[in-house]
Amino acid sequence: MMYDWLNNLIGSPILAMFIVSLLPLFIFILPFALLAVLAERKVSAHMQDRLGPMRVGYHGILQTVADIIKLLQKEDLVATATDKTLFNFAPLLVFIGSYAAFAVIPFSGFFIGSKIDLGIIFIVGVTGLVVAGILMAGWASNNKYSLLGAMRSAAQIISYEIPTLLIILTVIMLTGTLSLYDLSELQTAYFWNWLILGGPAIGIEKILLIPLMIMGCLIIYTSTLAEVNRTPFDIPEAESELVSGYHTEYSGMKFAMFFLAEYANMFAVSAIVSVIFFGGYQSPFGYLGNTLGLPWLIPIEQFFWFTAKGLFFVFVQMWLRWTLPRFRVDQLMAFCWKYLIPISFVILLLVGLITLI
Amino acid sequence: MIDYFVKFWQGLSTILIGMKVTFRHLFVPAVTIQYPSVKPQMPERERNRLYVNMDDCIGCDQCARACPVNCIEIETVKSLPEEDLGKTSNGKKKALWVTKFNIDFAKCCYCQLCVFPCPTECIYMTDVYEFSEFRRENLLYDFVTLLPEEREQKKKNLLEFQAKKEAEKAAAAKKAAEEKAAAAQKEKQEPKTPNPSEDKKEENNQ
Repeated sequence: MMYDWLNNLIGSPILAMFIVSLLPLFIFILPFALLAVLAERKVSAHMQDRLGPMRVGYHGILQTVADIIKLLQKEDLVATATDKTLFNFAPLLVFIGSYAAFAVIPFSGFFIGSKIDLGIIFIVGVTGLVVAGILMAGWASNNKYSLLGAMRSAAQIISYEIPTLLIILTVIMLTGTLSLYDLSELQTAYFWNWLILGGPAIGIEKILLIPLMIMGCLIIYTSTLAEVNRTPFDIPEAESELVSGYHTEYSGMKFAMFFLAEYANMFAVSAIVSVIFFGGYQSPFGYLGNTLGLPWLIPIEQFFWFTAKGLFFVFVQMWLRWTLPRFRVDQLMAFCWKYLIPISFVILLLVGLITLI
Repeated sequence: MIDYFVKFWQGLSTILIGMKVTFRHLFVPAVTIQYPSVKPQMPERERNRLYVNMDDCIGCDQCARACPVNCIEIETVKSLPEEDLGKTSNGKKKALWVTKFNIDFAKCCYCQLCVFPCPTECIYMTDVYEFSEFRRENLLYDFVTLLPEEREQKKKNLLEFQAKKEAEKAAAAKKAAEEKAAAAQKEKQEPKTPNPSEDKKEENNQ
């Protein structure tokens, strides 16, 4: 484990813990956010037959760096009618909520912030802070658009947590573990062991499980997409209706915090989907390190596969964003309560019956 | 109940169709023209900023007269007989110094009516369309190739030449009058009635 290794190397448990807890931020979230914002703009541009940012650096690769410099220079505006304490604390809370989720995400077998047994429940619980932060931001802004966006966001996230949790429950029932590390280790080494293809079990139940798991994967992907407020479900920030929802009043680095949290959340959600259904950090084709007899290569490979899967799902999120128009509020609720929740209950029931076989 | 599943399936399949469309467009070349560095191809008979090739201009003023908004101002000065202004590219002989050829692009309406009457085809439309200015005066384009001193010089030359010619003429007339007076005196000696109309003519000449 990373912590033990660093503890042996440095000899100070506090320092080692500090480094381990900061690593995801500095080696992962910040570079990822930089890259993802650029990728979002490039993907959207090319999907609309445009070019996107082209001026800063080769094909605009430094565009986000320039944007961050701009945001750092910006005046931090706080309107007089806002509730100052809550207003200043809200972006922090949103970011804490999304960053805390990274504590239990298994980047590789070697590097998990914390290998707790309740990993998946921890993520679901701690991302609840994001809702609190968003509501706080909307309320403290003292702005009708912000408040509307925040209320919509709360309604949406609470509704969509139900199908997410039902599918997670299904998987927990099937595998008997809540730990993301154990879940990843279960689906080891080859892609036919992934839960989307019925898990490691062999026999009639594997064939029965495949359609249910594909449905479950689709449901959890859509509902987590709704939880991070991305486009078919972006009614909380709906630019054309609500200016930009709960972060209308924010400027400068506070706005950037919301942005960073959104992109961190995107990856966290993609990571959950890939851990639950696509084997997490496990390679689909076995490990090169095992073949060559180089055990130190395996964690690097695992990190690569985990990042690749996560980025793929982030790409699909962007792809969906630039394909689908926004839901209406009633459509959003109908989609969740009339389609996702009943179907996930049926999946839960059927998977329960299959595990009895 | 069947309707429920049909709806669900339709929703799912149409999303996939939409995703297929956007994915295909991901690899379609962009239609963007990166304007300041890459310029769009202009049509063949585009009408933009005018240009006057002063080597070919004979100062005939036809373009100025054709202009519906009077944005062209031309002033010409006759050349001296000993000066050779050369020929235009289509073989017309130039006889005038063009001392003023201003086009005010703030007034110009880009109708191209000045282009057709030109006998030497020296005024024509170019493909330049980026010539915005901060001050309106800067849109007054001066096409004359002569230096300001040269223009003054040409005018002065002509005046001097005219004065010289006038003087020559006056001298010639004086001479003629003198000769005539001499002849008249000769005639006076031979008796003959003087012609009053001739006297008047002489006075006029002087």
